[in-house]
Amino acid sequence: MMTDLNALTIAEARDRLRGKDITATELTEACLARIEDAGALGAFVHHTIDVAREQAAQADKRLQGREEAPALCGIPLGIKDLFCTRGVASQAGSRILEGFRPEYESTVTAQLFDAGAVMLGKLNMDEFAMGSSNETSVYGNAVNPWRRQGDDAALTPGGSSGGSASAVAADLCLAATGTDTGGSIRQPAAFTGITGIKPTYGRCSRWGIVAFASSLDQAGPMTKSVRDAAIMLGAMCGHDPKDSTSADLPVPDFEAMLTGDIRGKVIGIPREYRMDGMSAEIDALWAKGRAMLEDAGAEIRDISLPHTKYALPAYYVIAPAEASSNLARYDGVRYGHRAKLAPGDGITEMYEKTRAEGFGDEVKRRVMVGTYVLSAGFYDAYYNRARKVRTLIKRDFEQVFADGVDAILTPATPSAAFALGEMKDADPVQMYLNDVFTVTVNLAGLPGIALPAGLSGEGLPLGLQLIGRPWEEGDLLNCAYTLERAAGFVAKPEKWW
Amino acid sequence: MSIDLQTAARVAKLARIRVDDDALPALADEFNTILGFIEQLGEVDVEGVEPMVSVTPMRLKRRADEVTDGDRQRAILSNAPDAREGFFAVPKVVE
Repeated sequence: MMTDLNALTIAEARDRLRGKDITATELTEACLARIEDAGALGAFVHHTIDVAREQAAQADKRLQGREEAPALCGIPLGIKDLFCTRGVASQAGSRILEGFRPEYESTVTAQLFDAGAVMLGKLNMDEFAMGSSNETSVYGNAVNPWRRQGDDAALTPGGSSGGSASAVAADLCLAATGTDTGGSIRQPAAFTGITGIKPTYGRCSRWGIVAFASSLDQAGPMTKSVRDAAIMLGAMCGHDPKDSTSADLPVPDFEAMLTGDIRGKVIGIPREYRMDGMSAEIDALWAKGRAMLEDAGAEIRDISLPHTKYALPAYYVIAPAEASSNLARYDGVRYGHRAKLAPGDGITEMYEKTRAEGFGDEVKRRVMVGTYVLSAGFYDAYYNRARKVRTLIKRDFEQVFADGVDAILTPATPSAAFALGEMKDADPVQMYLNDVFTVTVNLAGLPGIALPAGLSGEGLPLGLQLIGRPWEEGDLLNCAYTLERAAGFVAKPEKWW
Repeated sequence: MSIDLQTAARVAKLARIRVDDDALPALADEFNTILGFIEQLGEVDVEGVEPMVSVTPMRLKRRADEVTDGDRQRAILSNAPDAREGFFAVPKVVE
């Protein structure tokens, strides 16, 4: 049977485009038709059909040229709503940016389009990337294409990059951009059976990406395979003078580093990630991953990362503190929503009403928590202490890497995807626990990748996470590639939408 | 550390977010849950540990202090909720 074009991986499509077997226009039309038909997933929230067709036509011209076109030339992508795209709505899933059309293009999307990629539209996400279930979005929920066996309950695709995960898993696009501040690429990737990598802090420029917590935010690709992640990451990263934290380091050919040979590599298994009450299923998956890497010739070593337990509490000081500062710019003056004012209202009322109307509950909560921990009298007790704990968390990783560990294997999430609405009555901290395995990686600035490794008893995808040394995404991807081949995960969600 | 209604109201004011009085008790409860979670950090021995400033040990790049861009008034004002005569317009600030 012929695979529908929209279901191709980037690598397959690239080869067929270069081989003149298909055109970028055909590929793009296949995706547009599939998107048209997938409203129930709530993945695409702004459709850019004209842009897509124009970019596909340009790509087709380039593919006819004498020079070999870049790998992403003619590849249809979805773009998370957090990326500013010139002239196209970019709202970060928030009401406060309603109507905002950037006059500029984010560095990451500019690089993707320079490489010939096609933008199909903007993707749903938790408001300002704050959430783990895509339920805080102004657009409404994104829905996971996967369902439990024999159960129609709508499940979360995870968050904050929930629209990206849903779109890639349902083959609405070949791949999508995501961003990850505490797990927002890796948790949704795990919930939807796809691959997502957060590179080392500083690999991808943050310029033009709506800021949440600047010391933690990183962009990365969400794809159908590790090879695709390697291809797309290569196009997304690189030094950018417009982001002072962007690393001036050469970008290796990540795809060329996928040899599948990890003999002699040392894989650490951190004992602190075996949480109390961890499900037997997740534990079994983790053990399976360990066995597969061992079979591939890696040395497995039990390690300790003693400050793991304090990562989430430190994160929930640092991220809200940075958010409260970053989101101060939404004041109703320069862009986005401004509240209707009553007679006699002054500028303070304008700020207060605008922000009350424009921000959703979770964003308000985090901005206020951030304001509190930075306020006079609490700065040392909370913010400075959290930054000291962050130093210790990073030191834990430095120590194991210095002892010769090449990569660390952990579960990606504490459970499979849960139902939309299931956490409605839980307190905010319960939702935060979703990021327990991923958030350490952001605090330490390391690269981390989630990839599907099995199905739960209810037929839902489960993911494993590999954490790499700083700047060694190539080795990390090769390790993930080896695990991917051993796991042989090929399941796809059955189409119900 | 427990947040009372007065503190919740003060934080909302500092954050420039209007919160109705009847919403304050629920907000204070949520703050207390989150702060209770954060309190765990008190268990960690941080004696002599430097607070992290930058996650990657890189020097920020410097550049020449010169004008490289400008003359973009239209673009800058294009998304303003209220722009008049080439300026952002806001309610009266000074009596």
